Amino acid sequence: MVCEICGQRDSVTKLTEVINNQVTVRNLCEQCAAEKGVENEEGPVNFPLSEFLAQMGEAPEPHTSSEATCGFCGLAFAAFRETGRLGCPHCYATFETHLRGLLRRIHGGTQHVGKVYLPLDPTAPERAKRLEGLRRRLRRAVDSEDFERAAEIRDLIRSLEPT
Amino acid sequence: MKARDPIEDLTAVPDFGLGWLDASGDHTDMVLSTRVRLARNLQGHAFGPRARVNDREAVLEQVREAKGRVGPLGGSTVVNLSSLDTRSRRILHERRLISRELLGDQSGPARGTAVVLSGKQPLSVMVNEEDHLRLQSLVAGLRLQEAWSLVDRLDEELGQQVPYAFHHEFGFLTSCPTNVGTGVRASVLMHLPGLVLTKEIGKVLQGLTQVGLTFRGLYGEGSEVVGNFFQVSNQATLGKSEEDLVDHLDQMVRRVIQFETHARQVLLRDARAVTEDKISRAYGLLRYARTLSFEELMNLLSGVRLGTSLKLLPGLRVYTLNKLMIFTQPAHLEQAAGRDLPPQESDAHRAAYVRRVLATEGDVDPDNFRDDVAGDLQ
Repeated sequence: MVCEICGQRDSVTKLTEVINNQVTVRNLCEQCAAEKGVENEEGPVNFPLSEFLAQMGEAPEPHTSSEATCGFCGLAFAAFRETGRLGCPHCYATFETHLRGLLRRIHGGTQHVGKVYLPLDPTAPERAKRLEGLRRRLRRAVDSEDFERAAEIRDLIRSLEPT
Repeated sequence: MKARDPIEDLTAVPDFGLGWLDASGDHTDMVLSTRVRLARNLQGHAFGPRARVNDREAVLEQVREAKGRVGPLGGSTVVNLSSLDTRSRRILHERRLISRELLGDQSGPARGTAVVLSGKQPLSVMVNEEDHLRLQSLVAGLRLQEAWSLVDRLDEELGQQVPYAFHHEFGFLTSCPTNVGTGVRASVLMHLPGLVLTKEIGKVLQGLTQVGLTFRGLYGEGSEVVGNFFQVSNQATLGKSEEDLVDHLDQMVRRVIQFETHARQVLLRDARAVTEDKISRAYGLLRYARTLSFEELMNLLSGVRLGTSLKLLPGLRVYTLNKLMIFTQPAHLEQAAGRDLPPQESDAHRAAYVRRVLATEGDVDPDNFRDDVAGDLQ
């Protein structure tokens, strides 16, 4: 069937329009459909992470040997590339160099700027980092006039500050 | 013979996670619910996919032991999924309280998998999913700030009781690198029939991906879009603060609401008779059909929800529509019937339930309806 607009090219898609309460369906070619603003109905393609990782290997990234293995859980780098899942918290240190490149591609950066976790037995620098994070959140809560939250964060800050 | 009321029969299973049905909150005709989840892992144990039975059991034990000291988990119940019967697990899944993974396959979920359901707040914690912990809040309507605050407070308290895996650069560590950093996935379940009918949905969804958001179907990852319901959520989790991620989603969802409102105005302006006919037919089918597949029901409910939102179906509340959506899912119907239902029977039970609910709380007066429509057409 030929396109109902240009009458030349083969039609590849249907356009449904409502004009004066009448539903009309027209067969259009790719070019005329694009001009009418018809989108590809399949929508964005969600490709699996594993393929993404496999493609990454082709880029000139800092090399992580596929034989590299996490000392804690025993996950081999090759297995990570296959499944896209890390094995344990220690994997992040083991595959750090490679992960930086990957995280940059997925998230646009590698530095976490959200909540700072205070470990159960914190060191002085960890405590300082946590305070810095809480102060950032406090400023934000005050800016957005969430005073209930601000009061809660202030209490968290007080509990950490040396008296 | 009087039909049994499925809601009464559900007392046999924990009646949790249905608070959002009440359709409170903003924009409930377009936004069903808001959910914020945090992915967390504990130090010293392999992540979900590589965890051994003793890892999983140790993680669950730490959570069980800690929950009494965590305020937001007051009065909570720990539901052990590996020893829970299949139908109850399916009900929890249909209520979106456990993931597909925790639902398990034929052999059931792995030992140590559990869900902790708060007795006081709309909060739950999945234990031993892909990550050790998935903290989640689920509230009605568009209430991102509130959902975030709820889960944030739970996270602050739980993190003081169990040792989270945290890295100074990468943030909260997760099994999948797509969740690392904040571990936040904020999502909003939207009903967008206007954009679908006016064929604008493709552009809107494409726009969302361009601003760092993603969309899924009703049951989350890997599920299909049915009944014009779209779950919109943030994509990246690292490099922005939780508040920024949540705010950004909130702003974008409000823009989608504007687009959807505009699309509905276009429908009423350019195709009023067709739109009203579709809505009325959807209501008529729901009101009188003798069998309904779940997919058909969802599509009809979509039409009726649009009608309610456009005030074309007076007397029908969003709460009733939300209820119909949840209690007509296969496991909920089986629970009400007290036995397994093969698909054909399930379709008949579904239609019977819908007829009964609409007769008692969704009866649209036909004369009233006709006058309304006639008035609008002039």
